[in-house]
Amino acid sequence: MNAQFEPIIGRYLRLNLLGKPHRLYVEEAGQGIPLLCLHTAGSDGRQYRALLNDKELLENFRVIVFDLPWHGKSSPPAGWEQADYQLTSENYVSMIMDVVDALELDKPVVMGCSIGGRIVLHLALEYPEQFRAIIGLQAGAHVDPYYNLEWLHRPDVHGGEVCAGIVSGLVGPNAPSDARWETLWHYMQGGPGIFKGDLHFYKLDGDIRERIAEIDTLRCPLYLLSGEYDYSCTPEDTLEAAKRIRGAQATIMKGLGHFPMSEDPEAFLGYLRPVLKEIIG
Amino acid sequence: MLPIEQLMERANANARLVHRGRFVDTRFLLEVGDDTYLVYVHAGRIEKIEKGPFVMPRWTFALRAAKEDWQEFWQPLPKPGFHDLMALVKFRRLRVEGDQHPFMANLLYFKGVMESLRTVEGAAA
Repeated sequence: MNAQFEPIIGRYLRLNLLGKPHRLYVEEAGQGIPLLCLHTAGSDGRQYRALLNDKELLENFRVIVFDLPWHGKSSPPAGWEQADYQLTSENYVSMIMDVVDALELDKPVVMGCSIGGRIVLHLALEYPEQFRAIIGLQAGAHVDPYYNLEWLHRPDVHGGEVCAGIVSGLVGPNAPSDARWETLWHYMQGGPGIFKGDLHFYKLDGDIRERIAEIDTLRCPLYLLSGEYDYSCTPEDTLEAAKRIRGAQATIMKGLGHFPMSEDPEAFLGYLRPVLKEIIG
Repeated sequence: MLPIEQLMERANANARLVHRGRFVDTRFLLEVGDDTYLVYVHAGRIEKIEKGPFVMPRWTFALRAAKEDWQEFWQPLPKPGFHDLMALVKFRRLRVEGDQHPFMANLLYFKGVMESLRTVEGAAA
């Protein structure tokens, strides 16, 4: 195999988030309409590696992916050791909008998966005019806790092993082996307590059931794509959300799980391309 | 559905799985509908499987589900929601009881052990 660089440029962005200086890792590739991608809980931007390498996509879109603070190559802020990490809706929205401003993105498309799929529903409510379109992957209004989250962060259980163990079945059964294990590797690399801290938003703080019907898709189109084998945000959760949001378009992706862009990029792109085509118009 | 006793042969034949469980020393109860089994694990290998009913069984944790749910779990390509132990838990089909520490600390191992009865033959025997 000849050595070659991918088209992705990765850089560190210095900016203030939530009143503190941060060092955020940002990757991008392509040109055109900005497409800002949000990773899942306890993982990082590598989940979007296939999109960042997709020639056809990069002709029309500037794909931008950042690692949330505490995730991937983004550092936690100074003083992080003094408190447990816990993501909230308010902080998550604020960080995303600060990144949009810092990168001077003009009406980007925003696409998020899982916690990212939930937060884009919050963005659809609060900032519809700022986005050209919103895509929620594995997006639902609420997820009930179904196991004790304490297992995810305790010194007598290896965090990387247990986080990968928790999510391994969320990968669809037919995912290619290399993409499946790459997806799990990201989970194995998460910092202690970070997946758990993200799930605070996902399972408790970010419940948006009460307000979801207020989303106005005339102000910003909303697309929901969910994998058939996801038992965290189930296809029923997504269809229920779509039913309550007038004008939302929902598609259930056959055979896929909770990490479509990472576990089986080719199958996922088959579902994403028509959506992006519609967005381009 | 393959006989539960085959769990031992199949799990032990997977060297990578045995390695993954090399620090596991435990005895767990497996409930398949009306049938119960005690599975003895030492250093990642299943040493024996005893079939109930038991009078005073001792175990560290128990995995309990209905027979038809395990049958679907062991299909070559199970339906969504039946394809993974945590999926069974989510939909309240599998109960994990007792001291869950060895189970959670070795979750990928125990998922692998239970999935080892999944075959291309599917619902045989």
